[in-house]
Amino acid sequence: MALNSKIPNGSLEKKWTDYKSTCKLVNPSNKRQIEIIVVGTGLAGASAAAALGELGYKVKAFCYQDSPRRAHSIAAQGGINAAKNYQNDGDSTYRLFYDTIKGGDYRAREGNVYRLAEVSAAIIDQCVAQGVPFAREYGGVLSNRSFGGTQVQRTFYAAGQTGQQLLIGAYQALQRQVSLGTVTMYSRHEMLELVKIDGKARGIIARNLVTGELERHFGHAVLLCTGGYGNVFYLSTNAMGCNVTAAWKAHKQGAYFGNPCFTQIHPTCIPVSGDHQSKLTLMSESLRNDGRIWVSKVKADTRKPGDIPEEERDYYLERRYPAFGNLVPRDVASRAAKERCDAGYGVGASRQAVYLDFAFAINRYGKIEVHKQGLANADQGTIRKLGMEVVKEKYGNLFEMYEKITGEDPYQVPMRIYPAVHYTMGGLWVDYELATTVPNLYALGECNFSDHGANRLGASALMQGLADGYFVIPYTLGNAMADEIRNKPVPTDHPAFVEAEKLVQSRIDKLMGVNGTESVESFHKRLGKIMWDKCGMARNAEGLKEAITEIRALRQEFWNNVRIPGEVGEFNPELDKAGRVADFMELGELMCMDALNREESCGGHFREEYQTEEGEALRQDDKFMYVSAWEFKGESDFYMHKENLEYEVVHPSQRSYK
Amino acid sequence: MEHYNMNLTLKVWKQKNCKTKGAFETYQVQNISSEMSFLEMFDILNERLIAEGKEPIAFDHDCREGICGTCSMFINGRAHGPWHQTTTCQLHMREYKDGDTIVVEPWRSHSFPVIKDLVVDRTAFDRIISAGGFISVNTGNAVDANAVLVPKDDADDSFAAASCIGCGACVAACPNASAMLFVSAKVSQLALLPQGRPEATTRALNMVKQMDQEGFGSCTNIGACEAECPKGISLENIARLNREYLGSVFTGKASS
Ligand SMILES: Cc1cc2nc3c(=O)[nH]c(=O)nc-3n(C[C@H](O)[C@H](O)[C@H](O)COP(=O)(O)OP(=O)(O)OC[C@H]3O[C@@H](n4cnc5c(N)ncnc54)[C@H](O)[C@@H]3O)c2cc1C
Ligand code: SF4
Ligand code: FES
Repeated sequence: MALNSKIPNGSLEKKWTDYKSTCKLVNPSNKRQIEIIVVGTGLAGASAAAALGELGYKVKAFCYQDSPRRAHSIAAQGGINAAKNYQNDGDSTYRLFYDTIKGGDYRAREGNVYRLAEVSAAIIDQCVAQGVPFAREYGGVLSNRSFGGTQVQRTFYAAGQTGQQLLIGAYQALQRQVSLGTVTMYSRHEMLELVKIDGKARGIIARNLVTGELERHFGHAVLLCTGGYGNVFYLSTNAMGCNVTAAWKAHKQGAYFGNPCFTQIHPTCIPVSGDHQSKLTLMSESLRNDGRIWVSKVKADTRKPGDIPEEERDYYLERRYPAFGNLVPRDVASRAAKERCDAGYGVGASRQAVYLDFAFAINRYGKIEVHKQGLANADQGTIRKLGMEVVKEKYGNLFEMYEKITGEDPYQVPMRIYPAVHYTMGGLWVDYELATTVPNLYALGECNFSDHGANRLGASALMQGLADGYFVIPYTLGNAMADEIRNKPVPTDHPAFVEAEKLVQSRIDKLMGVNGTESVESFHKRLGKIMWDKCGMARNAEGLKEAITEIRALRQEFWNNVRIPGEVGEFNPELDKAGRVADFMELGELMCMDALNREESCGGHFREEYQTEEGEALRQDDKFMYVSAWEFKGESDFYMHKENLEYEVVHPSQRSYK
Repeated sequence: MEHYNMNLTLKVWKQKNCKTKGAFETYQVQNISSEMSFLEMFDILNERLIAEGKEPIAFDHDCREGICGTCSMFINGRAHGPWHQTTTCQLHMREYKDGDTIVVEPWRSHSFPVIKDLVVDRTAFDRIISAGGFISVNTGNAVDANAVLVPKDDADDSFAAASCIGCGACVAACPNASAMLFVSAKVSQLALLPQGRPEATTRALNMVKQMDQEGFGSCTNIGACEAECPKGISLENIARLNREYLGSVFTGKASS
């Protein structure tokens, strides 16, 4: 099948407007007859389910947590971008578009990204109307801060809990539709198969995680909003339950997987403390507004950070990238940290960490406060105290979290941080309408591959999730559903449902039947180690080939030796996890294949063979200016389709943050 | 910070499902590092149980960074354990020393039936939100975000109320199993913002009604909820809810 991204014709600025004024519509009484399944209730899913419910569609929404409010969007800390230009600092739709394209290292579609920038402002309006308590200035207007890869202040935030506040807003909108009867919510349900009839997505098989029962659900269309797959690395900033299962089942049913190897490694996370580590905790990028990153100029320095004098410190980001300094994009900052640690300059007991230091910010803010309060002769103690109050107001919850985890007080000693897996730019391939290659199957939010190219800029995932759910899918879904108004719901005793359920049942039986000796967790850890070592921050052909062999062997071992305690017909978290890890083992292989195929470095994908003399990513635009869209053919058998990327407005260049 | 290892005795509530009776079971765990989180200690125990062919302990958790509100454990008589304003997943083992005994139970409330072991059903909270915990604005209706100014103090207070994670610790900590802190946090968040004013009284009324229907107990001003809330939600919110609620009584909406 030839890939058609369905980007509307016309100039960049007019594409979305033209699309909206010409797409097909479904009248209100017909909408009531159309059933939509939304899998996932994070920002993308909750906003889509709420918006579609408001329009009058009959929606069923699913999530694996006990409440839709607990989707992992809740954990997003730093903020959400929007081209409001409230700061009068030169922002515009075009600039947000340009920054996103450049930040993505020229591997995203212009049309999609422009639309994202275009609807960004309306997201903030919508959220404020819903009662999202964004940070404000004394004058009552909204406050902004900077994020990496940009030179304007366009990030809206609610302390270090922006995702929480946005998700609660979307969740409330969703619960309102639940009370109005347009949305039915199924929490503690996991989608385990996609049901297709005549080639179209027509429903799902979900497992009730409390009773273990399998359920059949019909939908004229199915929307996957199931988040990212960073947990393939075992350790990541994702929640324990984040998974690829829904997307992977769809992939095996014909949905192509776009750029699976594009993974974002976030530079500022709390380092691993030991083998017991179960997940990693992010320290928001917003901290790089005020924190300075450094290591000692002396290798394997054993001095305490406070004992290392100023002239013996290497502020390596400021040194290497004077124009952006500590606010370079994530991929650049992560690699720079790895470079210093690999060279022997890492700090802390493990030497796999660098310092993020707030002493300067505390001093600077303290001086401003002293000035504001007219305390001309304030001593250093007063300056520090006042400065600490300012820093606390901005980042208090992050500092507390750091202290709880490490037992160290970051107001007194610099934080120790190290990069960790955080976000997956890859995902189900979708066209401009967010439609996958399976008709009537859509993918929204982190689950799709669409807008961030090879590297996502901070504060742009929340924007994309809400753009997809509130403002894009209500139009693009209508365009397809207009052709469905004559199609009655298919009863779930249809053979396609029966078959799909059987398939799921047999997979569960097979898992339970292995009866081996090794736990699911142990297999997951082993997979994660292969992925991190060989398909992580730096990759090379040899390592990737080894990884593919190792993953295949591990998968075989898993199916011969996994042990799942408990029973099928009950609440059984080990069984839930087993299904997810089984899918990760297949995805991991595809990620390595994709990384092996892409013989260039771009964004978060760093192939050691392709770098400049200064160690920067070296793209091969003549050969790889395309999206790799993988089709599933059979076990370990994937076929790559190419969607060539055409840049009509922006001219790709070597990305420079110097 | 000095790290150390410890051996502990755990007494954990085991219950097959909501229809069966539960009981405490005792486990010994060895070589627990002071650097682990409380849930990582449970991971270690569960791995061992699986290796021994026994059933692991079911407990709820997801983000493991104190924000999703999933991890509900009642530890030595306290919701989320001993640390002030800390969820179970953020509690770390340096709190404990070698030889300690730790008792772990699920949230206990009629309105939160046990699903298995330490896992409870908190969907009552979702139903309370459905009853009115929102602003009735459809997508696409919004005016420019800066068109309505909100005094910073109001925005900050609203945010403080909005930081409730819906964990249910307030209910678990309350001798009456009242959900007033949770409900008042939501009512306050929205009532403090101009966008939330138009529905403020009906919202309070409907949410309280649903809370009563779910069988949560009444509030007798004990204050255990505030003391145990991992997000420091203040009792002032309950006072605000009472004002909104009385407002609805005076305007006659309460009887409608
Ligand atoms: C710690 C952290 C901090 C972040 N900070 C920021 C930030 O400051 N700014 C920013 O822009 N981005 C940030 N991000 C990224 C951003 O939060 C996510 O990309 C985004 O929230 C994803 O939203 P989503 O709706 O696509 O998925 P999610 O919020 O992950 O939701 C996934 C949903 O799918 C459901 N689900 C999954 N699988 C199944 C299944 N098989 N069956 C049924 N349901 C299923 C889940 O229950 C859940 O409801 C951060 C990410 C992390 C991890
Ligand atoms: S008020 Fe506090 S204790 Fe109660 S649900 Fe909210 S965060 Fe949890
Ligand atoms: S697991 Fe999310 S708050 Fe503890």
